[in-house]
Amino acid sequence: MDNIAGQKSSLSWAVNITVVLLVLIWIIPTVGLLVSSFRDRDQISASAWWESPFPVEQAFRARAEGDVTQQGDLYVITGNVYEASEVASSFTNSRPPISAFGLTGREPGQFQAGEEVENRDGGTVIINSDGTFTFSTEEDPEAEGFPRIYFLAETPPDFDLQNYDTVLGGDGMGQAFINTLTVTIPATIIPILIAAFAAYALAWMDFPGRGLLIAAVVGLLVVPLQLALVPLLKLHQQIGIGQSFLGIWLAHTGFGLPLAVYLLRNYMVGLPRDIIESAKVDGATDFQIFTRIILPLSFPALASFAIFQFLWTWNDLLVAKVFLPSSDESWVMTVRIADDLLGSRGGDWGILAAAAFVSIAVPLIVFFTMQRYLVRGLLAGSVK
Amino acid sequence: MANLKLKDVEKVYGGTVRVLSDIDLDIQQGELVVFVGPSGCGKSTLLRMIAGLEKITGGTLEIDGMVVNDVPPSERGIAMVFQSYALYPHMTVRDNMAFALKIAGKSKDEIDQRVKAAADKLQLTNFLDRLPKALSGGQRQRVAIGRSIVRDPKVYLFDEPLSNLDAALRVATRIEIAQLKEQMPDSTMIYVTHDQVEAMTLASRIVVLAGGGIAQVGAPLDLYEKPNSTFVAQFIGSPAMNLLDGEIVSTGQTTTLKLAKGGGTIQSHYPSQPGDEGAKVQVGIRPEDMSETDGENFAYHGTVEITEALGEVTLLYFKKDSPDSQQIIGKLSGIHQDLRGRDVKLTASPEKVHVFLDGISLHHRHEGVFLPGVQPH
Repeated sequence: MDNIAGQKSSLSWAVNITVVLLVLIWIIPTVGLLVSSFRDRDQISASAWWESPFPVEQAFRARAEGDVTQQGDLYVITGNVYEASEVASSFTNSRPPISAFGLTGREPGQFQAGEEVENRDGGTVIINSDGTFTFSTEEDPEAEGFPRIYFLAETPPDFDLQNYDTVLGGDGMGQAFINTLTVTIPATIIPILIAAFAAYALAWMDFPGRGLLIAAVVGLLVVPLQLALVPLLKLHQQIGIGQSFLGIWLAHTGFGLPLAVYLLRNYMVGLPRDIIESAKVDGATDFQIFTRIILPLSFPALASFAIFQFLWTWNDLLVAKVFLPSSDESWVMTVRIADDLLGSRGGDWGILAAAAFVSIAVPLIVFFTMQRYLVRGLLAGSVK
Repeated sequence: MANLKLKDVEKVYGGTVRVLSDIDLDIQQGELVVFVGPSGCGKSTLLRMIAGLEKITGGTLEIDGMVVNDVPPSERGIAMVFQSYALYPHMTVRDNMAFALKIAGKSKDEIDQRVKAAADKLQLTNFLDRLPKALSGGQRQRVAIGRSIVRDPKVYLFDEPLSNLDAALRVATRIEIAQLKEQMPDSTMIYVTHDQVEAMTLASRIVVLAGGGIAQVGAPLDLYEKPNSTFVAQFIGSPAMNLLDGEIVSTGQTTTLKLAKGGGTIQSHYPSQPGDEGAKVQVGIRPEDMSETDGENFAYHGTVEITEALGEVTLLYFKKDSPDSQQIIGKLSGIHQDLRGRDVKLTASPEKVHVFLDGISLHHRHEGVFLPGVQPH
């Protein structure tokens, strides 16, 4: 027993490496998500997020728009691809050199820039690296439309808030944000109120069956909530609550209570008995002891549970899908993102990443403002 | 400010474990009664029963003639100072002291005035707006005392209030408590401690608790000079009283004794009855009452194994006869370092020699003396 305290374990390097690895495993995807949320959709599909600081060789599709002259039976189009209507908006500031071009969407970089190649119908095509091109074809562009060309060009990194603008501006995300807050705040406060009273009684009031009640609370900790979804919803339907915000508050309260009671009770039991007895001698009733002594002293535990419950209800999808109406004006953010965005814009990673970051912004703020209570409260509640 | 009367009070845990029984005690207004006893003797439990924090499972407790067994703590008119101070950590000193008054619904002016008066008395005026964590241990204890003063209770209860303080602070705070008692001569105080010095200096009466009962009640010097049993004799005083085996040689107003490790006979001021001759007794002599002698008659002789020179006194630890026999200690005034390893004869004057028959003092042999049946230390 003599080397338990104070001696550094010889395996501390293993601990350090493990911690660093765990942190990396968590951080890397998050950083990737963050970077992606600022990137343009086409750049996301052209290069990985860790390549995002560098220019991207990107394929563009345009029509060979330009001046048409007739030479024999060929129509010759001359112009500059950068001025083509489909891509002009991408190159307002700079015109990077074109490295390759092609005539089919399958092989957009089939030919080197400046190389003169044969067209399908006997004409020739040349696109120079500065974007000027000469395209000769048998088909009359004025009748048939300008022919398609493809080219590869290096585009500079492009970071902007376009995705956030899309996420926050459209698609009822604002309403979903408010709905989430409407669910989360009462679903955090109600269980704390109930659990604090219960925890005080279980910790400091003598009544028969107290031990059994505590055991029951601990037992409820291991009951998976999925078990209760259907019967609870049925009950809500029968007593007229139905699918509503009230219903989800009650559901979250019920699901959160065992952990809340357990955590708070353990913390309160650790408060010095003398203080409570002193208050009793001073004439305080149980209720006064609770409100004036126990509650202020239990703040770390209350805060740590509040963080837990807030994070859990904020990120919850399952309970929200079950207990809230399915109409889109009562969708919460998780439903909006997971169900709606993922379904309708599943390929648009930038939008999804931005939405994810919008949804974790509030939990992050809550976490960082209260994390000192989280650490202290948890240790105090469970170990002491 | 009240009288307290405990009658046949007992405490039983879970119906079987009896920690206190037959506690009979009368405490008069203005007394400072100290409960002492070895750890686990139930002194704190008794105090908490008086406070109302522990249920009284038998007998009655009266405060001012009213049985208060089932009265909650707040209505008994008591105030308690806890060992751990038990300050409310989130409240300022002022709020700590005002808490009970606020609960009682006193007016703001009265609360201010009483808090201020208590703070003046305890020199806490400059600290009223501090939190307990910004105070030193002694200041915290003063706040705890102030918290009880503002309530102006009938009975003050102190549960080892000084044991969390360091030695110097303990002395200072002890004197403060003594002064406080002098300022409030009518208040009744009950004080629990395991520290003899606190008991001897503060108490108007000491209650020695041991083995679930009261071993002796009396003024501090009464207990010191006339302990009713070997237990009290050895419990009060430090180092503990030496108990020497002996035999009564002649009886009368004073008793003549012959000691197993002594020479000749010595006298004790304890009276004995005819018929006691030849009775095996234990002779108690306090280390500080022993003196070196060269005479024929002495109480003890032995080889000095260790000397501890403290300057004003020298402690002599004598070689034991067998490993489990009691350590005999002599305490001579002055410096006697040269005695180490030497054979020393000790004696004591008759008024310092105590005689115990079957563990009970000859002075108290006709009283129902409770023998705790546990070791004093």
